Amino acid sequence: MSEASSQKVVIVGAGPAGIRAAATLIEAGLHPVVIDEGHRAGGQIYRRPPDGFIRPPEQLYGSEATKARALHALFDQLVEAGRLTHCAGSSVIAAHERRLHVLREGEVQVIGYDGLILATGASDRVAPVPGWQSAGVYSLGAAQIALKAQGVALGRHIVLIGSGPLLTLVGAQLLKAGADVAAVLDTSSWHRQMRGLSGLAARPIVALRGLVLRARLGGRYHAGVTLERIEADASGIIAMRWRDAGGRQRVTQCDMVGMGWHLRAETHLADLTGCAFDYDEQWRQWLPQTDTMGRAGNGVYLAGDGARLIGADGAEIAGRLAAVACLTDLGHAAPSVRADLRKLTRLERFALGLARAFPWPSEMVRALPDDAIVCRCENITAGAVREGADFGGGEANRVKSVSRAGMGRCQGRYCQLAAVELVAAHAGCGPKDVGRFRGQAPVRPTPIGAFLRED
Amino acid sequence: MNTGRIVRLAERDRVEVQFFLDGEMRYALAGDTVLTAMLAPGHTLRKSEFGPEPRAGFCLMGACQDCWVWQEAGPRLRACSTPVTGGMRLRTTAPASWP
Ligand SMILES: Cc1cc2nc3c(=O)[nH]c(=O)nc-3n(C[C@H](O)[C@H](O)[C@H](O)COP(=O)(O)OP(=O)(O)OC[C@H]3O[C@@H](n4cnc5c(N)ncnc54)[C@H](O)[C@@H]3O)c2cc1C
Ligand code: FES
Repeated sequence: MSEASSQKVVIVGAGPAGIRAAATLIEAGLHPVVIDEGHRAGGQIYRRPPDGFIRPPEQLYGSEATKARALHALFDQLVEAGRLTHCAGSSVIAAHERRLHVLREGEVQVIGYDGLILATGASDRVAPVPGWQSAGVYSLGAAQIALKAQGVALGRHIVLIGSGPLLTLVGAQLLKAGADVAAVLDTSSWHRQMRGLSGLAARPIVALRGLVLRARLGGRYHAGVTLERIEADASGIIAMRWRDAGGRQRVTQCDMVGMGWHLRAETHLADLTGCAFDYDEQWRQWLPQTDTMGRAGNGVYLAGDGARLIGADGAEIAGRLAAVACLTDLGHAAPSVRADLRKLTRLERFALGLARAFPWPSEMVRALPDDAIVCRCENITAGAVREGADFGGGEANRVKSVSRAGMGRCQGRYCQLAAVELVAAHAGCGPKDVGRFRGQAPVRPTPIGAFLRED
Repeated sequence: MNTGRIVRLAERDRVEVQFFLDGEMRYALAGDTVLTAMLAPGHTLRKSEFGPEPRAGFCLMGACQDCWVWQEAGPRLRACSTPVTGGMRLRTTAPASWP
């Protein structure tokens, strides 16, 4: 075996970023290990249904079908040729001293690495709306996953709320598939959306595609709404109460609400490997620090939505860049990245346009009534978080231990941004000053019986 | 005819799979997740431990852990990311042996 192939590079995530990273390493002669919870490679946007499903990529991925086909084929071909090891259905639950703890079928295995590329993607950035704990409230991403991976709608009468590209996209996809979408409610006003325009012009075709999808929603789409309350009975939700841009009270009957305000980078593993974080004012969240290539230090490289929210095309580029950085640091020759870096700049401009046009609803969160649930895991209220801020001062982790917000089983993924916003409002400072919840292992609940095995 | 939360919009020509929900026999389609299988006839997956409301999952991507359901024997499952299999015996409430 050559020296090259004895170096172990592990990639977490088999979405566009992870797949491109793997291919780049393989071209340079390495044999990477790719770990993903999913049973089939593809990640979020290019998620594949289980075996036996028959809708073609054109139906599943629309305008992105060609890219989906190319990535799936590339990955399958590399697996078949024995050029990489794919650990499917496996969750990385902890990272410590250049070793990953990987949970698969109730068993934990330890895998060491010389280089680690984290391409862990993102999840929906959600904000609490009174009543959101009830059955029938899902993330926008969930609505899309149900459609792509199962061919189902999660309700008979659907209302989508939030802001960002997924709001329009999921609405249009559900309609096209034959679901009953009653309303699509955007908390960003037309005026706000115009502010992102100069950035959005960096990718005119993508922006235009968004407008076409928006047009398909017709009169269902409302900009600049105020979300008041999700109403429920004993078996789940029954209506969405909201006010339109003109301030008129509206009630839309529904049995499902999908919510999301763009995305939140999935950074738990980056945190556990010791990456430093910066508060990003544009994205209103904490993001790991890296150089342009994705280098975070200590043999760790970050790529894709888990590091910077620049979308699927950007994720492919970031995957290649991270692999090149890793190859260079391990002493290998690596391809030129000049063209990729140029493209990345344009994609970043577009992404910032999106962030500006479809902002996180901080005023809405700050105005939550005391009895609204903030942590869905343990039903912790806005009042309890505010009380926590009284005891814990304006510091995120003290508030976390006093109120328990962020200690539930989602580990703060879905409440942390709102909780920090509430604490900041209460303490009279910005979210940046409040800090962030520290990540803790395991990043996925792990059965007590799972035992450790060295690779 | 399904009467639950979920509406099947595509991929309806799959083999049927039999499973048990709270002791009653149910049918799902091969390739369904446990979540799809349970919400095709029903509206909820479980009761919240911290409030009065029932739950039916939230993220469908393994991140929120809202969708854990019990089996008659063996460990709990994450319904959104576990495929249903023939003969599976699922419960919406904890078995008596659960501490
Ligand atoms: C639900 C959802 C739907 C989306 N749909 C669209 C869309 O339709 N169009 C669009 O342009 N953009 C969409 N996006 C944005 C999209 O995710 C990105 O643009 C793109 O998929 C990012 O690619 P990535 O490779 O960075 O991450 P992803 O594609 O998200 O891939 C990350 C992978 O990492 C795996 N992973 C994460 N943590 C672990 C762990 N601890 N252990 C093991 N595996 C792990 C995940 O299972 C996943 O497969 C969506 C995002 C979400 C969250
Ligand atoms: S619904 Fe979130 S983990 Fe299953």
